[in-house]
Amino acid sequence: MSEPDFDVIVVGAGVAGTVTAYQLAQQGLSVVLIERGETAGSKNLSGGIMYTHAIKQVFPNFVEEAPIERKIDRNRIVFMNADSWVGIDSFDQRLHEGTTAVTVLRAHVDAWLAEQCENAGVMVMPGVRVDTLLKEGNQIVGIQAGEDELRARVVVAADGVNSFIARDAGLRTKPSTDQQAVGVKAVLKLDAATIEDRFNVGPDNGVGYALVGDCSQGVGGGGFLYTNKDTLSVGLVLRLDDLVKKGLRTTDVFDHFLAHPLVDQLIHGAELVEYGCHLVNEGGEHMMGQIVHNGLVLVGDAAGLTLNTGLTVRGMDLAAGSAIAAAKGIGEAIAKNDVTASGLAAYKTALYDSFVGQDMHTYVKAPHFLENDVMYKEVGELVANVLYPVFNLDTTPRKHMMKIATQALKESPLKLTRLGKVGLEGVRAL
Amino acid sequence: MKLAPIAERLAGNRFILDEEEPHIEVNQEVAARTGTADRIILVCPAHVYSKAPDGTVQVEYAACLECGTCFEVADPGALSWHYPRGTYGVQFREG
Repeated sequence: MSEPDFDVIVVGAGVAGTVTAYQLAQQGLSVVLIERGETAGSKNLSGGIMYTHAIKQVFPNFVEEAPIERKIDRNRIVFMNADSWVGIDSFDQRLHEGTTAVTVLRAHVDAWLAEQCENAGVMVMPGVRVDTLLKEGNQIVGIQAGEDELRARVVVAADGVNSFIARDAGLRTKPSTDQQAVGVKAVLKLDAATIEDRFNVGPDNGVGYALVGDCSQGVGGGGFLYTNKDTLSVGLVLRLDDLVKKGLRTTDVFDHFLAHPLVDQLIHGAELVEYGCHLVNEGGEHMMGQIVHNGLVLVGDAAGLTLNTGLTVRGMDLAAGSAIAAAKGIGEAIAKNDVTASGLAAYKTALYDSFVGQDMHTYVKAPHFLENDVMYKEVGELVANVLYPVFNLDTTPRKHMMKIATQALKESPLKLTRLGKVGLEGVRAL
Repeated sequence: MKLAPIAERLAGNRFILDEEEPHIEVNQEVAARTGTADRIILVCPAHVYSKAPDGTVQVEYAACLECGTCFEVADPGALSWHYPRGTYGVQFREG
């Protein structure tokens, strides 16, 4: 066996990869971080609200020093119908004072993370695509990129949702299309003063919209709109099985979403800066599979770590959480000179003990709940039909809410039993 | 709000084109037989795929945003899709 060139090779400079590499370098290990993009962050795209609890464990001054956009203290959840909508608007002083959630643009924030890696002694190698893993028997011993081979005691697959490395190692089979969604996003330029005025937010603060219903033309999924410093991130996530089944064109649904009066008035006058898309894991815990192999561990999206609870959409905090667990497990495995799957199992234990494993498990039923198609049409219409007669004061005598609701339900294709079942499922899943 | 057509939308992005090595290949026979052809044309957010007058799928790989959605909805053998070589392809400035 030839001598390893590095203790650890990390493939992919996203949140999971950079945070893993940074901590391993801090442990005194020699680490190379390989990135296929021209620079770190240039292939990466998120919605993106980042919940900061995990990354602050590694970078305590993350919010102050990293190029974040706005601190999210307002959350709006809106059921959208073709010509009506009903939403919840939430502001909380505790969120305003805290820094639990921030908007980020990945090309900026990942470049900063890679810079921290470099400062900590990681060799950052952009512009290199890893083609395959090097194996000796059952042990992964490095990577191959074009003609070049690099050897390490441990390889970390942080290569994102498509993780060809994980597939190559037989750690992940191709997921089914109901476990995946396509996210389409536009970054729109709008000056900071207009954003603060239009969204009623302070100079550092912002709002996150979670939109469901007509925005996706009934396809399972939903829309989002987040305020950045002087741009808006506006996107739509569509579950692949449902999109294909309904025979709709992704771009038509996206354009329909942008043209909806609710969205239109929020993005009015803004100009397109960038148009992008990304695949999203929607399977939750069921998608995780094996995350440890002889000489190889999976982190972040590559490990299937994404959580859509309908209200929060999480990936980056789980990526950082998995990176913390991986750095611990890899450090221990290298220290005791056992980098087989059993030596690296400490990563798995640390991950399942952490908030990542626990949250993935708590929301294990969320994907199934979100497959209830009534969520994307009938529920929103029903709520609007309850509120309409409340506010539409014509000369007819008023009725009690209970009567209005019963009437609306009677006219809705949604039956009380179905609504009750979905509601109960929702309460249990979320 | 109505954005410009896809081609114009993409014109604002930064791409580095690999002229030597396309990263997408369609097996026309399998794509047509399995319905993959129509599926990838519909799902791709960058309109990489379109139907030629002779019914085959044309691939404008230079416009690819590298999400991998086509690969996920394709039947086995219909599509060869991997990432472009290092430094090539889309380079997000915002992300």
